[in-house]
Amino acid sequence: MKQLWFAILCIATTLVASAQNCSFELKGQVTDFHDSTPLYSALVQVAGTRVEAYTDFDGNFTITGLCNGDIELQISHPECETIIKPVTISGNTTITITLEHHLEELSEIVVSGNKKNETNSGTEGHINANTIQQYSNSNLATALKEVTGVSSLSTGNAIAKPVINGMHSSRVLVINNGVRLQDQEWGVEHAPNLDINTADHITVVKGAAALQYGGDAIGGTIIIDGSSPFVKDSLYGKTILSGSSNGRGGSLTSSLIKSYNTGWYVKGQGTFKYFGDYEAPDYVLSNTGSREKDFSAGFGLRKLEHGFNFYYSYYNAQIGILRASHIGSAGDLVNALESDKPLYIRDFSYNINAPYQRVIHHLAKADYYKRFSGLGKLDVQYAFQNNRRREYDTRVGDDKGKPSMDMVLQTHSIASTLHLDAFSGYKFSIGIAGNYQKNTPNPDTGIRRLIPDYTEISGAIFVTGEHQITDKTIIDAGVRYDYKNLDAKKFYQKSRWTERGYNEDFSDIIIGDYDSQSQWLTNPVYNFHTLSATLGIKSVLGKYTLAANASLASRAPNAAELFSDGLHHSAAVIELGDLRLQQEISHKLTTELRKHSGAFTFSLNPYVNYINNFIVLQPTGIETTTRGTFPVWEYMQNNTLFLGVDTDASYTFTDNWTYNTGLAYVYAQNTETNTPIINIPATKWSNTVSYTVPEWHNLYFGLKSETVFTQTRYPNNDFTAEVVTNEGTISKEVHISKPPKGYELLHFDSRITLNSFKNSEMTLGVSVQNILNTSYRDYLNRQRFYADDLGRNFNLSIILTY
Amino acid sequence: MKNLKILAFLFIATLTITSCSDDDNPEIINEEEVITTMNVTLASGSQTITLQSRDIDGDGPSEPVITVSGNLAANTTYNGTIELLNETESPAEVITEEVEEEGTDHQFFYLTSGAISTTSYVDYDTNNHPVGIEFSLVTGDAGTASLQIVLRHQPEKSASGVSNGDITNAGGETDFTATFPITVE
Repeated sequence: MKQLWFAILCIATTLVASAQNCSFELKGQVTDFHDSTPLYSALVQVAGTRVEAYTDFDGNFTITGLCNGDIELQISHPECETIIKPVTISGNTTITITLEHHLEELSEIVVSGNKKNETNSGTEGHINANTIQQYSNSNLATALKEVTGVSSLSTGNAIAKPVINGMHSSRVLVINNGVRLQDQEWGVEHAPNLDINTADHITVVKGAAALQYGGDAIGGTIIIDGSSPFVKDSLYGKTILSGSSNGRGGSLTSSLIKSYNTGWYVKGQGTFKYFGDYEAPDYVLSNTGSREKDFSAGFGLRKLEHGFNFYYSYYNAQIGILRASHIGSAGDLVNALESDKPLYIRDFSYNINAPYQRVIHHLAKADYYKRFSGLGKLDVQYAFQNNRRREYDTRVGDDKGKPSMDMVLQTHSIASTLHLDAFSGYKFSIGIAGNYQKNTPNPDTGIRRLIPDYTEISGAIFVTGEHQITDKTIIDAGVRYDYKNLDAKKFYQKSRWTERGYNEDFSDIIIGDYDSQSQWLTNPVYNFHTLSATLGIKSVLGKYTLAANASLASRAPNAAELFSDGLHHSAAVIELGDLRLQQEISHKLTTELRKHSGAFTFSLNPYVNYINNFIVLQPTGIETTTRGTFPVWEYMQNNTLFLGVDTDASYTFTDNWTYNTGLAYVYAQNTETNTPIINIPATKWSNTVSYTVPEWHNLYFGLKSETVFTQTRYPNNDFTAEVVTNEGTISKEVHISKPPKGYELLHFDSRITLNSFKNSEMTLGVSVQNILNTSYRDYLNRQRFYADDLGRNFNLSIILTY
Repeated sequence: MKNLKILAFLFIATLTITSCSDDDNPEIINEEEVITTMNVTLASGSQTITLQSRDIDGDGPSEPVITVSGNLAANTTYNGTIELLNETESPAEVITEEVEEEGTDHQFFYLTSGAISTTSYVDYDTNNHPVGIEFSLVTGDAGTASLQIVLRHQPEKSASGVSNGDITNAGGETDFTATFPITVE
């Protein structure tokens, strides 16, 4: 009531304050952009004032007491993107407003809240807060598997990287709260360093259509947004407690936000996770426990015309690596492959011993925005990230307990974007960005650096635009230029330097001769100029939406691809980078046909991606060391073709029963050697039957089957190794190429919401993963050579919102 | 606009601070982990034969170099001693000392063929399982032979046959392996 009186008072004040004739009326209708259906309960506000109105069932609203002249309206709706629309009042005025209405009924992921699409014509997948909280004790990549076409590349259970349409690591950008995550993402065993519980909404853009975030998103972009605080006086939050039988652990996460109707807010959040050894159906996966301690905090001011945010997040994880996956030679790998169970199994334990990894990531960010009437919005952002990664191996003597790898990556980034949205039918964004990055490996490890010391300075400029050409059709285009200067200082063994042929091509970069250690100190410097662009169209035809997007993306080789040289223990492979690598250039075409309303809905998303100079590790030979023989894999470049289709469909039988299905297929071929690309996810088909009773405590039951077919397209990288037996050394073929057999898993999920407390609600969830306790191995799990994947897991969760 | 200026100032200040020490070259790392060299001494009476496997660039591209100082006598018992070195450090680090200290985590295996009759362990760890820095080797009749010595880290010493020198069930990871061609005369 207080607010109402206040609002009336304000309106009255506004009226009195205006000396001119301010008795005009603005009438209008708010409709859905796609099918022109009227939108009920949309909020129409006159920007900069407290004058507002809600639409009725026919989408109509009326605002009275307006003066002649230009005003800006902010129109918001729970299921739509909030828009700003300039209106000229000239006497009594009538307008029609269309809103982009997102109904993501196709998958089980329903977008709630007014989260907008990141692109006009790019293919996107979304995960909302309800789905995210089901993965509270898991990780980002596992949650993203809910999006058709996204899989995960994992090292055991706790280390998982998202794979979009067959691509991962440096080809997938992760944007955390508006900041591009710089967490040594080049490594296949480096999972994104963020707590999934900080996310309120996750968008996956498949391909490079989201140019504003980077020009090198050959695989795609994952955009993680935290919750937007309310603009009202409130104190609210959420606590999730969940426990799992597999790993015999769980997590606790809690968040609290205090907001004010003046736009000020302050928020905090923290997560604690603790797991012991995970278990396969037949044995304990020894040394796979994990710990995680995270927190984040922020405050700021959110007003329509201007505002700012300060945000800090801390991520601290310690993750055990399956002991049996740490091997010393190719012969050990043969022994592991020939055994049907891991060669190291102990009783269940919470202890984490070597090998394990420990990562600490700090992210601090400040941003400021200001809206200029009749023009648009300017935002400026600065962020600092500090990423420290330590990897511990089983070591002996004085080196016991010392990390084998210890690197600190610091990144400063600044960005500014001007969004021009005041011109009817047009939207433009112009942005600039700059980065300064420094990588510092700790020399005290006693092991030659995997990645050298380097500094990287980069800058970018981009322009993107959208134009609504008819009521039903929007076209978009964008172009981006990136500059990157990479200045490294790297030691090379003289024998390796010569073997690589660098003595002929790169003798001018040698800056030091360390003769007693037989090493050169070199100073490779690179300047990369890359160009990226996107062009697309989206059209709404009745119940159907049709979109097409063409994108050009360029990615400079990363530090691992250029500089790696050494033994990779868990793979028993000598990995060699190449100083001669060029940037890779992707040409991607995506199309999407979507039926978005009715009992039957579907989406069909075929794509083709042709990449020049695609960088991939390939076997090239064998080297003998004092540990035995090892295959040598080199980063090489070939032209490569990716083709694929992601498709979803959903049918609502009754108000209670729904069926969802999703299928993802990728084909990837090296077009120069005509061989398949390694580590491409097998075809995956998921089917879910769900039963919901929204009117009775939001009761939900879901049964999901996950079918992963056998990947039959793979390059033959088998090699011959010397294996020690009691009969002496014999040569054996090492079968590392053939993907494991396909599998089918069954999962169950249930939830009920109880309003047992005043002003708060409690959701109880019970779920079972791998109900049938099926033994299986996944092609994209790097530990498939050593052990089965996870067995049955009972999960119990309590979610309190208050 | 004031906020903008403050942000810009902060950015420039941090850049200045962090880019100060750019001119320093990184410190060279002596590879501490690597075992470059195995010296095996086989002694019987006044005769001493040494076997060496040496790979000075560790996991670099150069191959290990194998040298055998002479021929063994037929039907003779030799006392064997193994020395492991990391010669990338100066002076060379003696790795055998660490193997001895962590005897429960290490075991040598001797795999023979041809004119070698038997090998057996001489030294044992605190659990009374063999380590094998010292061993004895008995040659057979004259002929050629091959002696392969493998060091395993964290083997399953109590697994079947492992304490008798059978590598089949040993598991663990291979830290070093070398094969020496031997002539028995």
